[in-house]
Amino acid sequence: MMISNGIEDEEKWLAEGMAGIQHNAFYLHRALDSNNLREALKYSALLLSELRTSRLSPHKYYELYMRAFDELRRLEMFFKDENRHGCSVVDLYELVQHAGNILPRLYLLCTVGSVYIKSKEAPAKDVLKDLVEMCRGVQHPIRGLFLRSYLAQISRDELPDIASEYESEGDTFMDAVEFVLQNFAEMNKLWVRMQHQGPLREREKLDKERNELRDLVGKNLHVLSQIEGVDLEIYRDTVLPRVLEQVVNCKDELAQYYLMDCIIQVFPDEYHLQTLETLLGACPQLQSAVDIKTVLSRLMERLSNYAASSPEVLPEFLQVEAFTKLSNAIGKVIEAQVDMPIVGAITLYVSLLTFTLHVHPDRLDYVDQVLGECVKKLSGKAKLQDSRVTKQVVALLSAPLEKYNDIVTALTLSNYPRVMDHLDAATNKVMAMVIIQSIMKNNTCVSTSDKVEVLFELIKGLIKDIEGTSTDELDEEDFKEEQNSVARLMHMLYNDDPEEMLKIINTVWKHIMAGGPKRLPFTVPPLVFSTLKLVRRLQVQDGDVAGEEVPATPKKIFQILNQIIEALSVVPSPELALRLYLQCAEAANDCDLEPVAYEFFTQAFVLYEEEVADSKAQVTAIHLIIGTLQRMNVFGIENRDTLTHKATGYSAKLLKKPDQCRAVYACSHLFWVDDQDGIKDGERVLLCLKRSLRIANAAQQMVNVTRGSSGPVTLFVEILNKYLYFFEKGSPQITGAAIQGLIELIKTEMQSDSTTSNPASDAFFASTLRYIRFQKQKGGVMGEKYDPIKL
Amino acid sequence: MNFIIGAFKPACNVSITFSDGKSRKQVPLKNENGQTVTVPLFQSQETIAGKISVEPVSGKKVEHNGIKVELLGQIEMYFDRGNFYDFTSLVRELDVPGEIYERKTYPFEFSSVEMPYETYNGANVRLRYVLKVTVSRGYAGSIVEHQNFVVRNYTPPPSINNSIKMEVGIEDCLHIEFEYNKGKYHLKDVIVGKIYFLLVRIKLKNMDLEIRRRESTGSGANTHVETETLAKFELMDGAPVRGESIPIRLFLSPYELTPTYRNINNKFSVKYYLNLVLVDEEDRRYFKQQEITMYRLQETS
Repeated sequence: MMISNGIEDEEKWLAEGMAGIQHNAFYLHRALDSNNLREALKYSALLLSELRTSRLSPHKYYELYMRAFDELRRLEMFFKDENRHGCSVVDLYELVQHAGNILPRLYLLCTVGSVYIKSKEAPAKDVLKDLVEMCRGVQHPIRGLFLRSYLAQISRDELPDIASEYESEGDTFMDAVEFVLQNFAEMNKLWVRMQHQGPLREREKLDKERNELRDLVGKNLHVLSQIEGVDLEIYRDTVLPRVLEQVVNCKDELAQYYLMDCIIQVFPDEYHLQTLETLLGACPQLQSAVDIKTVLSRLMERLSNYAASSPEVLPEFLQVEAFTKLSNAIGKVIEAQVDMPIVGAITLYVSLLTFTLHVHPDRLDYVDQVLGECVKKLSGKAKLQDSRVTKQVVALLSAPLEKYNDIVTALTLSNYPRVMDHLDAATNKVMAMVIIQSIMKNNTCVSTSDKVEVLFELIKGLIKDIEGTSTDELDEEDFKEEQNSVARLMHMLYNDDPEEMLKIINTVWKHIMAGGPKRLPFTVPPLVFSTLKLVRRLQVQDGDVAGEEVPATPKKIFQILNQIIEALSVVPSPELALRLYLQCAEAANDCDLEPVAYEFFTQAFVLYEEEVADSKAQVTAIHLIIGTLQRMNVFGIENRDTLTHKATGYSAKLLKKPDQCRAVYACSHLFWVDDQDGIKDGERVLLCLKRSLRIANAAQQMVNVTRGSSGPVTLFVEILNKYLYFFEKGSPQITGAAIQGLIELIKTEMQSDSTTSNPASDAFFASTLRYIRFQKQKGGVMGEKYDPIKL
Repeated sequence: MNFIIGAFKPACNVSITFSDGKSRKQVPLKNENGQTVTVPLFQSQETIAGKISVEPVSGKKVEHNGIKVELLGQIEMYFDRGNFYDFTSLVRELDVPGEIYERKTYPFEFSSVEMPYETYNGANVRLRYVLKVTVSRGYAGSIVEHQNFVVRNYTPPPSINNSIKMEVGIEDCLHIEFEYNKGKYHLKDVIVGKIYFLLVRIKLKNMDLEIRRRESTGSGANTHVETETLAKFELMDGAPVRGESIPIRLFLSPYELTPTYRNINNKFSVKYYLNLVLVDEEDRRYFKQQEITMYRLQETS
């Protein structure tokens, strides 16, 4: 109730004041129209008396002031025209001072004062000095602020500046500077004083009201910045020290914050750069509640933009050692403001970092220094819990990545990982992801093991479980994505020099070993492939490998590979390990390392026997084994026999008949390698095919027994295709008659009543027959070969 | 009614003209019945000369026992109404007893008259100068004509004119130091000065500078003192803080001031004071009064 009443009352008071002005303005206009000076003075004083009210908030008072201001403009026009009132401006200047009330008196004095300066009958500086002095009589904050703001407003065009008409021998722009500075100082005092008026509980309201008035004070700084005479020297020696003195001494947080910001915004960047020391020197002296970080951030932002604006200004930055000064200042501010929250400090460092990245992109030591300061600030504190701090630290860490687009640069920053250490686990991961993404985006190649070491240190949040965090709460999908990122990252770690590459691999291996069973399935394969890539590279430059001292021999690398894959046993992930073994075996084959290849196969078979239990997995595995083995050419007869024998054996032992059948006919390829000097053992091919045919028959019968109808003829058609393949390859044991027989068999099967027709297998068969027909008609060697087959 | 008035009309018209009446400065003067008339202005040691013409009303002769002109300097105290103390009285006989048939003009001159006191119209006292022409007649009563004039005396600027500077205060509440640039001001002077706040523990609202006139009449037990505030001039609006200094600039010309009069003919004194008044938010007044000496400076124009 009270508040609403307050507002209503204020409206009423404002209306009353407006009415008072209106009323007196009427008589004032009449007096002006009749050129009656005495009356004009009387009514203008009465009109201005409405501004003596103490009951209005700044906002409402402003309305009243503006209304009075309009009338004063009119009065000023009248004053200017001596013909109208017949009174010299000097006399007028005295005459208005007869008014008994100070506020109207001073408004009138300012108004005449502006006319006085325009008349040039007295030096502008004397008039200005007199006005600014006399205005001291109004000590009421709001009334004083508006009065002085009026003074500033009307004197603006009359300031003696370089090349202004009011500049003369005795009047220099320095007088204008002096005048504005003094008015500024007084206004600031009044503004600050508002704070101490009224009870404490109205603090918030007061702050709001003061904020509404701040631009009146700031305007002076704006005016100063526009005085042309204020060059760097004047600014450095006079303006800035005086303004700062005022700012520091007023000991008011609101004013200090606003004015510092004002200084930074209104004066040119170039000046800031040259006066950094002075400007920054003031910062630690400010009240502890002042939001210096924002102030400094804005300063640095401005300077960064300035640096970005043109490359020519960069030497200036170097010349004044901008970075060192800023860095020192920040240090002092943090030191001085004991209760500054950590987020504030970090924000400051982020700004400084942004600044240095913009201005001195080549100075990595600066970046590291900033990070070092951060570490100092963070050290001794527990892991960061405050989300705002975390956010700032992430910003801090991301900035160099964005700037350099190159993680390698960041890796040379010794303090980078130390800062990261202070992040909590979740954020650490986020940051690690950011790093990885940066690498991926920019296709950065990390090329030394040292760097890899640092990098993995950075992203260790992803590489291993961090103490004290439970893995239960991890989101499965997020985890996968993270690990996939790590996997992708591994392909970016590359060096042309095999020796160094090996080191890199070793380093990576060391790190991912710590990852635990959940991570290994993601991290091992890329490492293995990356290593295999190295092997293949070595194999290409085979001839160069000389001497045993070379550490990066394929043999050694295969040993490492073996260890790596072995690690998967703890997961366990036998299928994956099996595939990797096979990959390795193939690589070893290409390197002509028979025992190695054999060893890998052995490992694969062991896994198959001992670990791969699921029948489907077995099928897949056996096909992989067969496929790989088929391409092996390194093995001697004995080894090869052993392995093929094993493979065939396993094939026949698969659980389901169709699987057996398929595996067995696949084994046929093990005996017929379609290379120049590949093994071509038609006898054993035929054996395999026949065996698979038997199994197919058995399968058909089993289906017949259990379901009462035969299964599709698919298996037979598949076997027929194998026959055709070997027939075409010229295996002597595969004859046209055998094929003829098989075709007859399939046809019989299909016509049998018990057979359920299957469109897929029918089509398969039909197209196989079509192929045979096509070959027959084509003629040539192949046509002749097919000729005996009758369809 | 005219004829009745005519019946009591004086037998002759007496008029007084000053020899330099055209060029002499005229100033307004409030006479007994409150009307303002313009009268000539003199200063001490000036010669007052002119002509007095006596013109009988058409065709009648005027018998008289002599005609004289007096220059009187009088002090009139209101509480002692009607009693004039003549501090100056000069007489010139203009004519020996006889008869006047027609208009007759007598030149007169009081040379280098000592007129030490200024014309003054105060609250309880009046000092005036008058030329009084008396056509004495035995039976019908004398014919008297008055002509007021104003005397103002100019003082050269004082050779010593120290400023008034003082520190005053209420212990632990308010300490101020004020300074007026002079102790003696001429009537069109400007008071310049400043008030410096050394300690402010009370919430001030405003500060005024008053000009007060203290007129004391009579002597001993019969002393009457009348104090009048002639000017109330706001110096400061709002509450200052420690260290503030507030400028004073008060133009005296708009106010009707006189010089300071000290013990004029042992009858009265007029003194001026500057009264600095500070008002706090509860409308309590704190003040300090300082006497200043006013003097009249020869105007150059």
